[in-house]
Amino acid sequence: MLKRLLQCVREYKTPTILTLIFIVLEAIIECLIPFLTSDLINRFGEDGVEMNSLLKIGLLLVLLAILSLGCGGIAGFTCAKASAGFAKNLRRDLFYKVQDYSFENIDKFSSSSLVTRMTTDVTNVQHAFMMIIRIAVRAPLMLIFSVIMAFYMGGFLAMAFVVVIPVLVFGLLLVARKAMPAFRRVFKKYDRLNESIEENVRAMRVVKGFSREEYEKEKFGIAAEDIRKDFTRAERLVALNSPLMQFCVYFNMIFVLSVGAYLIVRDGGSVLGVGDISAMLTYGMQILMQLMMISMIYVMLTMSGESMKRIVEVLEEVPTLKSPADPVTEVCDGSVDFNNVNFKYSARAKRNSLSDIDLHIKSGMTVGIIGGTGSGKTSFVQLIPRLYDVTEGSVCVGGVDVRKYDVEVLRGSVAMVLQKNLLFSGTIKENLRWGNENATDEEIEEACRLAQAHDFVQSFPEGYDTYIEQGGTNVSGGQKQRLCIARALLKKPKILILDDSTSAVDTKTDAMIRAGFKKFIPETTKIIIAQRIASVQDADMIIVMDNGAISAVGTHEELLSTSEIYREVYEQQTNGGDDDE
Amino acid sequence: MSKPMPMKGPGGRSGPGGRKINFKVLGRAVKLLFSFYPVLVPIAIFCILFAAGVASVPAIFQQKVLAVIEAYVKTQDVTGAMGEVFSLILILVSLYLVSITLITIQGQLMAYITQGFLCKLRRKMFDGMQNLPIKYFDTNKHGDIMSHYTNDIDTLRQLVSQSLPSLLQAVIVVFSVMFIMLWYSVWMTLVVLVGVIAMFFVAKVIGGGSAKYFIRQQRSVGKTEGFVQEMMNGQKVIKVFCHEEEAKEDFDKINEELYHDGFRAHAYANMMGPINGNIGNILYALIATVGGILLILDVPNLSVSGGALAVSVVVPFLNMTKQFTGNVNQVSQQFNQIAMALAGAERVFALMDQKPETDDGYVTLVNASVSEDGSVSESEIKTGHWAWKHPHSDGTVTYTLLQGDVRMSEVDFGYEEGKTVLHDVSLYAEPGQKVAFVGATGAGKSTITNLINRFYDIADGKIRYDGININKIKKSDLRKSLGIVLQETNLFTGTVMDNIRYGNLDATDEECIAAAKLAGADDFITRMPDGYDTMLTGNGANLSQGQRQLIAIARAAVADPPVMILDEATSSIDTRTEAIVQRGMDKLMEGRTVFVIAHRLSTIMNSDVIMVLDHGRIIERGNHETLLAQKGTYYQLYTGAFELE
Repeated sequence: MLKRLLQCVREYKTPTILTLIFIVLEAIIECLIPFLTSDLINRFGEDGVEMNSLLKIGLLLVLLAILSLGCGGIAGFTCAKASAGFAKNLRRDLFYKVQDYSFENIDKFSSSSLVTRMTTDVTNVQHAFMMIIRIAVRAPLMLIFSVIMAFYMGGFLAMAFVVVIPVLVFGLLLVARKAMPAFRRVFKKYDRLNESIEENVRAMRVVKGFSREEYEKEKFGIAAEDIRKDFTRAERLVALNSPLMQFCVYFNMIFVLSVGAYLIVRDGGSVLGVGDISAMLTYGMQILMQLMMISMIYVMLTMSGESMKRIVEVLEEVPTLKSPADPVTEVCDGSVDFNNVNFKYSARAKRNSLSDIDLHIKSGMTVGIIGGTGSGKTSFVQLIPRLYDVTEGSVCVGGVDVRKYDVEVLRGSVAMVLQKNLLFSGTIKENLRWGNENATDEEIEEACRLAQAHDFVQSFPEGYDTYIEQGGTNVSGGQKQRLCIARALLKKPKILILDDSTSAVDTKTDAMIRAGFKKFIPETTKIIIAQRIASVQDADMIIVMDNGAISAVGTHEELLSTSEIYREVYEQQTNGGDDDE
Repeated sequence: MSKPMPMKGPGGRSGPGGRKINFKVLGRAVKLLFSFYPVLVPIAIFCILFAAGVASVPAIFQQKVLAVIEAYVKTQDVTGAMGEVFSLILILVSLYLVSITLITIQGQLMAYITQGFLCKLRRKMFDGMQNLPIKYFDTNKHGDIMSHYTNDIDTLRQLVSQSLPSLLQAVIVVFSVMFIMLWYSVWMTLVVLVGVIAMFFVAKVIGGGSAKYFIRQQRSVGKTEGFVQEMMNGQKVIKVFCHEEEAKEDFDKINEELYHDGFRAHAYANMMGPINGNIGNILYALIATVGGILLILDVPNLSVSGGALAVSVVVPFLNMTKQFTGNVNQVSQQFNQIAMALAGAERVFALMDQKPETDDGYVTLVNASVSEDGSVSESEIKTGHWAWKHPHSDGTVTYTLLQGDVRMSEVDFGYEEGKTVLHDVSLYAEPGQKVAFVGATGAGKSTITNLINRFYDIADGKIRYDGININKIKKSDLRKSLGIVLQETNLFTGTVMDNIRYGNLDATDEECIAAAKLAGADDFITRMPDGYDTMLTGNGANLSQGQRQLIAIARAAVADPPVMILDEATSSIDTRTEAIVQRGMDKLMEGRTVFVIAHRLSTIMNSDVIMVLDHGRIIERGNHETLLAQKGTYYQLYTGAFELE
């Protein structure tokens, strides 16, 4: 897991290594400083002060401090660069990877979870990375160095650490190990609590509509109290760290002071100076601080482990669709053949979403598809541009198995307007050019005329340069659908698939769009999924789908007599209307 | 120190520097804290103060111990020296013991107080929020409301559990250390103070730069998030148009920007530590040198104690310098934390201060029994009949049977002042009638239903329910008598059964199942693996939109209200399923007054009255036949010459 993440360091290897180098330098200098300061103190002899050497050491100390400042500053700078760059590469890899995903891969992750992974999770990992290269190297180094110096200077006095360090390490580890799972549990609960608040906010009309305010308060109160208890328990565990740390600090101080005093008195100040005692105290603090830091890193790393896992999950997902090695690069016509196709969305699914589909559509035909929710209409058409691969059988476009085409070529020739269609923020023109980057203004206008979008686009003050807000909120549903059709038409496709793409368009305009298709793009195969019988009744072939299978195929007249489902839907949609006309 | 904080997104953090402390908000937060825990908070504060005091004391004793040793070196009086040293150390040990005890108590107390505070605050926010008018939820983004519960609460947690205690502690240490320093030597203290001022200055300059870039980084993060969100939502469209390369290009640009701002923000922030730390080091050397010079030149010492300068003064002074600069550093860091937390607290308080929905209604809904002569009286038990209990100013109480007669006369309304969206709307619905609204988006259809249940109050005109002005009816009772099913269905986390029961908390399982059957939902529910016990999460993410609507209809059915409002309730159900649901809906509507808003005219053709709305006015009214005969807007809609949104 870590290996995959570290691959994202790439061009930021240099600043990463520089950071490490300068951090090490800074750490070494920082360890020398107490050594010098104690030397400084030792210059305060009983008979006053040796001014010359005092000044010399003082100057050296200032120089070292400046050097340490320089190293620390540079390390801070390169560290910021390395970690920001690392995060950039992480985000990039994630985004690029998702671009390679097939529909099947996309279905696996919800779009909001992908967003969280690319933002919050990356930020968490970035902070962890920063922590590691700044502190994870420095802290153990300083620790070791301080211990060595302490033993070198203090001799027997350093024995205090032999007692204190294991106590602290053991204590900190114990607390961390106990507290972490507790925290993880609490955070999960906390997330759920926040989700339930969000649910409540979103459903406020329902809450108020049913006068359930008091009920909601009570429900929330119980959940909030529950969290309080768990949180308190976890925090109380962590709160033990502070007295533990203090205990070690105090123990060290008393040991050094009392034993130090004793040693000075015993040896008459010949072995141990007053300055040594003070240096020992400084080293003691340093050692304990470093241990604290290490335990903090340990906690942070485990906490960001969750984020790392979620990121790697996306990175290691294998795209399930790929162009073949030696692809066919031209689609010769718009014929579509389904040869005994069975299809399910995932290998684990118990039931087929499509079963035994055997159907042949000639190039240039207009095909209508009718069927209830979950009858398999969308699954059926998604196989044509190879958004999913069949489980059994084969789908051929232009007489060639779709799996043999270069995916980009195939999808360039098969334009599909998705049921959940979307415009992106940008001008109308920019959106339409998705269909064809190099489309001229005339071509764009032509496509819009065909999709019956030209008139309303013209009516906007800024025409084709009108800015579409994110999610296309500033155009109506029917207008959005027509723009999406125009966008697909700009591809000049051999096959055009409309998946319930005119549901918000009025019947008259709907009819005009279909009439235009017939007149201006007669060679294009048109496959139209619709709820309204009126949208498909003049098609060359109408497919009635039910429960993942083709229930009937024929023209409008044929189906009225042969398909009960078709007749039922037809009657339901036309009753009342017939009475008056 | 090693507290595993919930990791915040970049939105929750900000760089140091450049913020002001809002004392009014701080005061309110502290007051709230005291009001929640009037005994525990003072105890915790006592612990913090005492422990902080003890933390600055060792320097004195250290100095004393060293002084004794120094004296020994001169006099060689071993027994006297050691005795004195050990009595000093004994005092130290006992002080430390007390301190550790207090720190332990403080830690445990603070954990308890912090979480209790947050819990109570959360509940206060949530309870207050439940009483806010719908307008608040319509005019505030849900994401913004949510961030009060997540980001803002998190900053408050930081404030109470860490920032305030450590600020308190650091301030105490700074002052007591300063006092001790002054006690020994004014001159050297002055040197330390000059260094500290330099530290503040550096913190301000660098902190300012850092804050600037952190704000920029935040903006970049927002931009990236927006872009990624749009792309991830449209990922399938990208695939269909083979637009991957372009998406990558656009992403690279935005990603690069974020990198730049993030890099600069962190570069500034990262330099703070080494700079301040080393100013401390330089100060150390400076103090040593100055101390040395003072000793050599034998400059007359100026001190509070009046004592002379000696080696045994300079040495502990050096340690005090470290302690002093360290704590000043901490104070300056806490400052930013606190400023940030207070900004969060301000937003939390703003939510709590929102004006709740007012309810002056005094007419209530009671169980009623109808005697043979037709007179209505209140009943203790559930009778299946309901009546409005109407107390009058003269002390008498009258009862009106709940029937579902709704009349609006000459109603004007606007969501914002000066922008009227409904003009002079009059309509009546007799008990059992089905009234339909047709019109384009923004014509005012949903607005009318928002007025009937008083989600919003009308500006002019009157709405009467069973002859009673709805302003006199207690809101909760009014809403109890109205069932609503909205286009955007909202389900709650819980089982299917729980969700249906939401309509009537007293309903038995059988009643819920009957309601589901009525709505035509029973069929698909029983086919799910766990049937009615299937858990729904994420607003019923595992259901289709149509299935969610069916559950919402069942939920309204179990409430069994005399009046129903169906706002595009069947819009997401495909026509074939709708045919099945329609039967259930027809049964559901039987005997009730129903207001229907529907996109598909087929759903409303059999209504008793159809109102065609345009720009907040009723432009046509009548039943299906008469409206068709008029050959007006409705006729055009019906024949498909118009597009409805």
